[in-house]
Amino acid sequence: MSKPVDHLNKIKHSLRRRNRAEARFRWYGRVAVFIGLAAVAVLFGDIISKGHGAFQATYINLSVAYNQDLIGVDNLTDPDELAMGNWQALPKAALRAQFPEVSGRSDKRKLSGLLSSGAGYDLKDRLLANPLLLGETESIWLLADDDIDTYYKSWLAGDAYAARLTDKQIIWIEQLHQQGQIRLQLNTNLFTRGDSREPEQAGIRGAVMGSLLTLVLTLMLSFPIGVSAAIYLEEFAPKNRWTDFIEVNINNLAAVPSIIFGLLGLAIFINFFHVPRSVPIVGGLVLTLMTLPTIIITSRAAIKSVPPSIRQAALGMGASKYQTVLHHVLPLALPGMLTGAIIGMAQALGETAPLLMIGMVAFIVDIPGSFTDPATVLPVQIFLWADSPERAFIEKTSAAIMVLLTFLIIMNTSAVWLRKRLERRW
Amino acid sequence: MSPTDTTKPAKVAKKSPALKTSAAALNKAAAPNKAAAPKKTAASKKPKAAAAKKPRVMAAPKMSSSQSLDVDDHKVTVGKSFSDNAKMTMRNINVFYGDKQAIYDVNIDIAKNEVIAMIGPSGCGKSTFLRTLNRMNDTVEGCRVEGEICMDGEDLYAPKLDVVELRARVGMVFQKPNPFPKSIYENVAYGPKIHGLADTRVDLDEIVENSLRKASLWEEVKERLHQPGTGLSGGQQQRLCIARAIAVSPEVILMDEPCSALDPIATAKIEELIEELSQNFTIAIVTHSMQQAARVSHRTAYFHLGKLIEVNPTEQVFTMPEHQLTEAYITGRFG
Repeated sequence: MSKPVDHLNKIKHSLRRRNRAEARFRWYGRVAVFIGLAAVAVLFGDIISKGHGAFQATYINLSVAYNQDLIGVDNLTDPDELAMGNWQALPKAALRAQFPEVSGRSDKRKLSGLLSSGAGYDLKDRLLANPLLLGETESIWLLADDDIDTYYKSWLAGDAYAARLTDKQIIWIEQLHQQGQIRLQLNTNLFTRGDSREPEQAGIRGAVMGSLLTLVLTLMLSFPIGVSAAIYLEEFAPKNRWTDFIEVNINNLAAVPSIIFGLLGLAIFINFFHVPRSVPIVGGLVLTLMTLPTIIITSRAAIKSVPPSIRQAALGMGASKYQTVLHHVLPLALPGMLTGAIIGMAQALGETAPLLMIGMVAFIVDIPGSFTDPATVLPVQIFLWADSPERAFIEKTSAAIMVLLTFLIIMNTSAVWLRKRLERRW
Repeated sequence: MSPTDTTKPAKVAKKSPALKTSAAALNKAAAPNKAAAPKKTAASKKPKAAAAKKPRVMAAPKMSSSQSLDVDDHKVTVGKSFSDNAKMTMRNINVFYGDKQAIYDVNIDIAKNEVIAMIGPSGCGKSTFLRTLNRMNDTVEGCRVEGEICMDGEDLYAPKLDVVELRARVGMVFQKPNPFPKSIYENVAYGPKIHGLADTRVDLDEIVENSLRKASLWEEVKERLHQPGTGLSGGQQQRLCIARAIAVSPEVILMDEPCSALDPIATAKIEELIEELSQNFTIAIVTHSMQQAARVSHRTAYFHLGKLIEVNPTEQVFTMPEHQLTEAYITGRFG
């Protein structure tokens, strides 16, 4: 009778061991997931803590007199006259009226340095929108200079960064603060303007538009080509040495460093086909080359996952190969293909290196409106800002990263949602 | 004879008691005919096959001669493989998967409006054979078919023949119910749509209703025609697949183990349906269930390791099989 008991003990003993191994494995998994999440949390925390300031900008309240003599403009409808107008005189005069005691050339220059160099043009736009203001005086919030912005934000946070300011400027800011004439306001410029050398005037609109145009072109080219290639290779192509060779090369292409694609684009599209530099067309073409392997590989996987019984059913009904693919395989594979396309697009959205090669790294102030306008893209804008010496660009950079991450999160979430939504069970 | 040869049949019988009892029942039924069988075969035109099987009877616990059950000795199909009223004729069919031969020299006719059952152990080539009839083997990489298959005198493997047309004339029902992930209506309407059989929506509605009625599914689904076909039960799905196949009015319907994934009640319904359909269609059915073959078919063909061993009226196959191998199979000694 001892034998069965012994047997049972052995099982129990081995069971303990197995349970321990399983528990250990679970903990490895949990630790791995935790490390991953912690890394994401640190990244996001760092970026948000650095970048959240950029969504606000410092504004100074001044009473501005729209003095016709000062500007030197009589007719507000004459573009030549408008272009010749001395618009910078308006904020300067308003500042001097605010601080009448300031004298001396140097101090006066420091005083006008409180406001952004774009303040005069903001006033011009305002005047053009309301011509009746000419000759009137109004109290208005004007954009402060980036150094003032940096100082004021850090001063409010209790850790004043005054390296770029003179003592007098600091005193003026304190005076303005006491009178409630300086405050933080939502930074609409960030979303409505293109790039600028002046951090307080720089926005990401141009980069976002550039990214959008480039991605639209990439999607329009890579999705149809990728899906067609995948369908042909998976459903129609004979399985022979040629198709094996093609498959190996598609996989190779997916692993090629993206900068190589940039060089290829430079050599072929720009130097050989003479596509203009820096434009979304060439960017879209290069990113298409880069995204194609991803889309082909995911689409082939999606087609492979369609159960063969469905194909047999259709073929058995007398559907031609083409009808089988179009009516049955494609609808079932589409969620997977779309997911692949979105992931490919998200990759393309974050791609920087190949675009540096084809000139999309240029400093472009205008917001691109078409595929042939010079443009830059979000990640390149981040690269440009991170490279700029002005301290105020630090928070701008982080803000742009936040915008880019938001787009990526939206795209990846929609990929997951699409897959869940369109997934059919059979 | 090696020891493994003698022990194998016993092992199989032990594994499946159900088969054993049914085999025993069949044994009893077959026993009275034992004496008659040799006479019959002696008169047949295949003396070699007859000679091979003659001395072996069920009562013997062990085979004294391995030759009788050795399929390699088998050269010519016994029984009535040919028909005067043939719908499809197959001559010298050999099928290869790459270098491997799956079907050896099969000759058989399928008569008009008959139900012919293909039985045999797993891997004997009966499904492969069935698939040569509508060229579904074309879709298998490396599959090669030799020989002549004709339907109404027309060569099915002629280069100019369009498989799309062939498959509209020879429908197929698969082992696992495989409705399209679309509505019940769309499932049935698909064939008529792609072949352009219905000119108007009304025509199409009529075809769908008629097909579902013929598949005796109409009463169960008429209220939910536009719900997904995949939401039906297994048996209903298989009847939907049959409705889908008959919607294009094929001349021949091939069924590849249509009930293997179904419960007995659903199976009974399908079998009933096959009987009804045989009035209008020629049906070739592959089945693993000998009882099913016995219930639904008019003729039964027994395949063994890629060879067609015997074709005879079903009753005869199950009561007094001509060939030793057939007898061994239906009595459950292997398979």
